[in-house]
Amino acid sequence: MYDLGYSRPATLAKALELLQQDDLAQLVSGGQTLMPVLRARLAAPSQLVDIARLDDLRQICTIGAGIEIGAGMTHAEVAASPVVRAHLPALAALAGGIGDAQIRHRGTIGGSIANNDPAACYPSAVLALGARVQTNLRMLDAEAFFAGMFATALEPGEIVTAVHFPACAVACYLKFRNPASRFALVGVFAARLASDEHRIAIIGGGNGVFRWHEAERHLDRGAGVDGLDTVPLDLANFTGDIHGSADYRRHVAKVITRRALTQMA
Amino acid sequence: MSRIELRVNGRNVEVEADGRTLLTHALRDHLRLTGTHIGCDTSQCGSCTVHVDGKAVKSCTILAVQAAGCDILTIEGLASGRELHPMQAAFNDFHGLQCGFCTPGMIMMAIDIVNRHGRPDEATVRAELEGNLCRCTGYHNIIKAVCAGAERMGEMA
Repeated sequence: MYDLGYSRPATLAKALELLQQDDLAQLVSGGQTLMPVLRARLAAPSQLVDIARLDDLRQICTIGAGIEIGAGMTHAEVAASPVVRAHLPALAALAGGIGDAQIRHRGTIGGSIANNDPAACYPSAVLALGARVQTNLRMLDAEAFFAGMFATALEPGEIVTAVHFPACAVACYLKFRNPASRFALVGVFAARLASDEHRIAIIGGGNGVFRWHEAERHLDRGAGVDGLDTVPLDLANFTGDIHGSADYRRHVAKVITRRALTQMA
Repeated sequence: MSRIELRVNGRNVEVEADGRTLLTHALRDHLRLTGTHIGCDTSQCGSCTVHVDGKAVKSCTILAVQAAGCDILTIEGLASGRELHPMQAAFNDFHGLQCGFCTPGMIMMAIDIVNRHGRPDEATVRAELEGNLCRCTGYHNIIKAVCAGAERMGEMA
């Protein structure tokens, strides 16, 4: 790791000030992606601005029929939260399946979505459920927030502070783990929203989270899960690597979608 | 270089280290607590697992400065004098190790599992040990040791 400075500002305002003063400063919360990146010398920030302990980012509460999760909440805290388990059990289950127990004790929802790793689990739930991302500057719809692999709409000096999830009727997240790394080769968040519309969001394709609109329309018409086999799923959403070809990933995505919908029913 | 104040195994200590110093290096190189092992350097193996404020974390994936002010518990902090912690004793009795390299991380994780699950069943132990790799045992005796250790910890509580 290249040497770097470190500060743990007491307020969000102070953290923003540090980011504004130094273009090469990097936010860190749980650091469960950032630390391996730094150790491998794939990044060289001048300093880390640690926001993991800011009280403003560390709450889970209901807002109307939905819930708000502070950006600094760890995966373990989201998985164990009575509020999340009661309102969005599929989201609690997703959080409880990220990485391993040690990672879940440090990694945060804000860090996960701001990083937008194409194989990260959280972006699928945020997109499928039509969640909104609150930053220090504005509120962004999920559709506007995610911008492809490792890319988001976040501007320099903008910090995710919370994610607002609306209520949904029923949902299920399933992933097919790479047998060696245990990372999601493909993950599918399937949901029937409060409006009765269906949503299918897929991660692991390689180009970032995306919705399978054709399948959503198929389900909204009242057609069954079995018929999904013939519903088109654009191959351009998938890339191949040593773990699987684009074709294979697309096949797995269809299988996992079917399983998620079957579990949801 | 900066001065980092840590609380390790109940003792307040100070280390003089670069900002980039990982907790695992502060423990091993600065405090000579070499029971915490480094098996991979890629956040996968779990050998370096310690407790930070009561929760198991990989000490290779957190900077020492990030843990400043937190309570840190390492494998060296478990035994009371010559008397092993019940989880350490269970690993001994059930032969939960061969080469022993992964064992400190396994034991720290096992105690974290018991803290959260009480007396977990085998499936829970297997799932919870996902972040700890052992290349010798095939895990069977580790699982037995964790279950037995959980029971002994329950009896003592």
